[in-house]
Amino acid sequence: MESLLHQVLSGLATGGIYASMALALVMIYQATHHINFAQGEMAMASTYLAWSLIAAGLPYWLAFILTVALSFVAGVAIERILLRPVANAPVLSVIIVFIGLLVIFNSLAGWIFTYTIKTFPTPFSSEPLLGGLISTHEVGATAVTLTVLALLYLFFRFTPLGLAMRAAAQNPVSSRLCGIRVGWMLALGWGLAAAIGAVAGMMIAPIVFLDPNMMSGVLLYAFAGALIGGIDNPVGAVVGGFIVGVLENLAGAYVIGTELKLSFALVVIVGVLVVKPSGLFGRVLVSRV
Amino acid sequence: MPALLEATALRAYYGAVPVLHGLSFAVPDGGIATLLGANGAGKTTTLRAVTKMIRVDGEIRFAGERIDGRSTEDIVRRGIAHVPDGRGTFVDLTVEENLRVGAITRRDRGVTSDFDRMYGYFPRLKERRRQQAGTLSGGEQQMLAIARALMLRPRLLLLDEPSFGLAPLLVEEIFRIMRLINQQERVSILLVEQNASLALDLADEAFLIETGRLVLAGKAADLAKAESVRRSYLGY
Amino acid sequence: MANTTIGRSAPATLAAAPWRIVAGVLLFAGAIALPFGLSDYQAFQVTLALSYAIAVLGLNMLTGFSGQISLGHGAFYAIGAYTTAILMDRYDWPYWATLPVAGADCLIIGFLFGLPALRLEGLYLALATLALAVATPQLLKANALEDWTGGVQGITILKPDPPAFLPIDADRWLYFFTLAVAALMFLLAWNILRGRIGRALRAIRDHALAAEAMGINLATYKAWVFGVSAMFTGVAGALSAIAVQFVGPDSFDVFLSIRLLTGMVVGGLGSITGAIWGALFIEYVPNIADQISKAAPWAIYGIFLIGFMYAMPTGVAGGLRLLARRLIGRRPPSNG
Repeated sequence: MESLLHQVLSGLATGGIYASMALALVMIYQATHHINFAQGEMAMASTYLAWSLIAAGLPYWLAFILTVALSFVAGVAIERILLRPVANAPVLSVIIVFIGLLVIFNSLAGWIFTYTIKTFPTPFSSEPLLGGLISTHEVGATAVTLTVLALLYLFFRFTPLGLAMRAAAQNPVSSRLCGIRVGWMLALGWGLAAAIGAVAGMMIAPIVFLDPNMMSGVLLYAFAGALIGGIDNPVGAVVGGFIVGVLENLAGAYVIGTELKLSFALVVIVGVLVVKPSGLFGRVLVSRV
Repeated sequence: MPALLEATALRAYYGAVPVLHGLSFAVPDGGIATLLGANGAGKTTTLRAVTKMIRVDGEIRFAGERIDGRSTEDIVRRGIAHVPDGRGTFVDLTVEENLRVGAITRRDRGVTSDFDRMYGYFPRLKERRRQQAGTLSGGEQQMLAIARALMLRPRLLLLDEPSFGLAPLLVEEIFRIMRLINQQERVSILLVEQNASLALDLADEAFLIETGRLVLAGKAADLAKAESVRRSYLGY
Repeated sequence: MANTTIGRSAPATLAAAPWRIVAGVLLFAGAIALPFGLSDYQAFQVTLALSYAIAVLGLNMLTGFSGQISLGHGAFYAIGAYTTAILMDRYDWPYWATLPVAGADCLIIGFLFGLPALRLEGLYLALATLALAVATPQLLKANALEDWTGGVQGITILKPDPPAFLPIDADRWLYFFTLAVAALMFLLAWNILRGRIGRALRAIRDHALAAEAMGINLATYKAWVFGVSAMFTGVAGALSAIAVQFVGPDSFDVFLSIRLLTGMVVGGLGSITGAIWGALFIEYVPNIADQISKAAPWAIYGIFLIGFMYAMPTGVAGGLRLLARRLIGRRPPSNG
């Protein structure tokens, strides 16, 4: 029973990270109707940046803030420079561009930092809490991701810029007719998504260790979480992320063993989708002919 | 009155298909102009051309400056508000958020009082201000669309078929408010309207369009008496 | 919403224009002569490229022609490869006899996977197939299946000998064998896609609701297409196993599926000849990238990918078509 609780709590901690990545995916999807397949690798690159800054002597939280800021800028730059030219290309062509980005980031990281696994420091201690149910880092990571999610919610709900971004994502034509520069709203969305990814990467690196491939599993879970929640629904994405985190841990511990837990979790998720294709909270779209 | 908006020799295209063939018209400063014509004549296309929602050749001047090369956002920021056909409501935002988006480019302090003014014109919107805009009826969404456009404090308002699908009483109300806004706040209006008698009653100047070409132009009162207009568009 | 129509209309008919016949003969002669001018390794590369061409063709039938995105075709490549390896190594089957079995089991598994999976649309289907791709290496390494799959170590098989009456070596023979199978598969695909079935697929791709309203049984067709497309890719996998003489779980990871996808898009969606261009890209660009930068070859590969998409969003086949149209468009029509 205790071990079940431990798995669930751990699952919620990693689930929070999946939730924030899922939110980043949904944000970009809502605004552009594209899935950013390179989201994970961008987060990985940000984490390596943080690692370099820390290795160069910067205190943790300064490196953290700097990394988030630089990731934001990089996200904006990628949208403006790389993605505007293919804005009207066929869907699969854009997917290939994302895959290209993914592969470039992965390869460059491996080249610059080598593929040896590195440890990434946590600003919280690794002491176990609650009698071994959960580690301090997991609590801290959950707190950080929940803070990020809360800040995003407040931003989108209560600030003019957040409103403009929501409007631009929902209805770009009407937004232009209100004077909103939709292109820049898109770029900002990308910047935010990159920043979220950076936070997610820095929170999960102490758990899974830093190497160029560390985010591929995370991205897959985030993707799955977003779909389970309904790809057009930010709240759903967050809930979906938490569900996937818990599911992954429980599957790994009780059903299938760690070697197959990735596949098992995904298979279950696919099962859910076959039963309810638009996700748990997604709107069922009625197609008008 | 000098012209606030002047369009010269407009050619507009949907893809490769030409829809407007060298159209010219003008909106008097502080006045109301109306574009009349049957379905498919090109009236909506003309409005879209002004706010660059489609590809257009020709010259468009707003307060003397050329705007035809600029992007939609830039044109709007110069003070032209466009209520499109279909209304363009932000269906997932609340009524109040819709209005707020309308004012989003403004930097002055008058925004809060403008909310009150809009609710004054359209009390039904005030009742529903926290409701999701997509749940409003057609007439309410039309009022919302106009209010949203007015939140910009535009100098020129483009209105596309405001009477479409609305009950006659509501249409009268909307036209009354249009007259009020024009007189009290000196908002010039370019109106596209299939209901010719309503339009000619409101407007100062009128332009009759057939298949993308101008066939008749002049004072609204004169066009209302013209034989061809009476027979084809006013029904008598 | 971004442009959702992918691929184009019917594959070109084999009109008997004289220049097409000449080109065809030259191509045929070139294909026969080719392996003799190459080193053993180069012949092996071309053989592998041919198997990729079949795999990409299979994927194209599903994604390019019927508009269903699959990020998991590497799984069927793996199933075909392992089928061949297991039959040859454990049961001493001759290599050529394993191909039909590899095709058949992929057809069945593809069909069965397609039945529920194709209820999903677009991104949801992409995730489902991605799950398949990710699961594949893990399943191949699983302890429970180790007796069959050889677990982490995989299975090694022997290069088949050329028939006694032909005076060529094993590598050349393998090339011709693969070439013959490829020609057969391409002919089969062309036949399927230009007829009634091809039209039905394009109808489904372009407007599924209307297609259904016209009487096309969506679920059956989609599952069937998935099965056939899996079959093609499975046969390709089988051929690759014979050429490489080894199957191991890590050869069939997610990146294989990604490579097949990129090959299809680079070659041209909905284009049969595009599969060949795509296969060439898959086989040779990594090598070129490796030569440009030993340290980060995938970064170069990624740059190539992005460059291709900017320059030729409709793939090589699409680009060539545009070029041909521009060149031929300058000449007056031949029948005045």
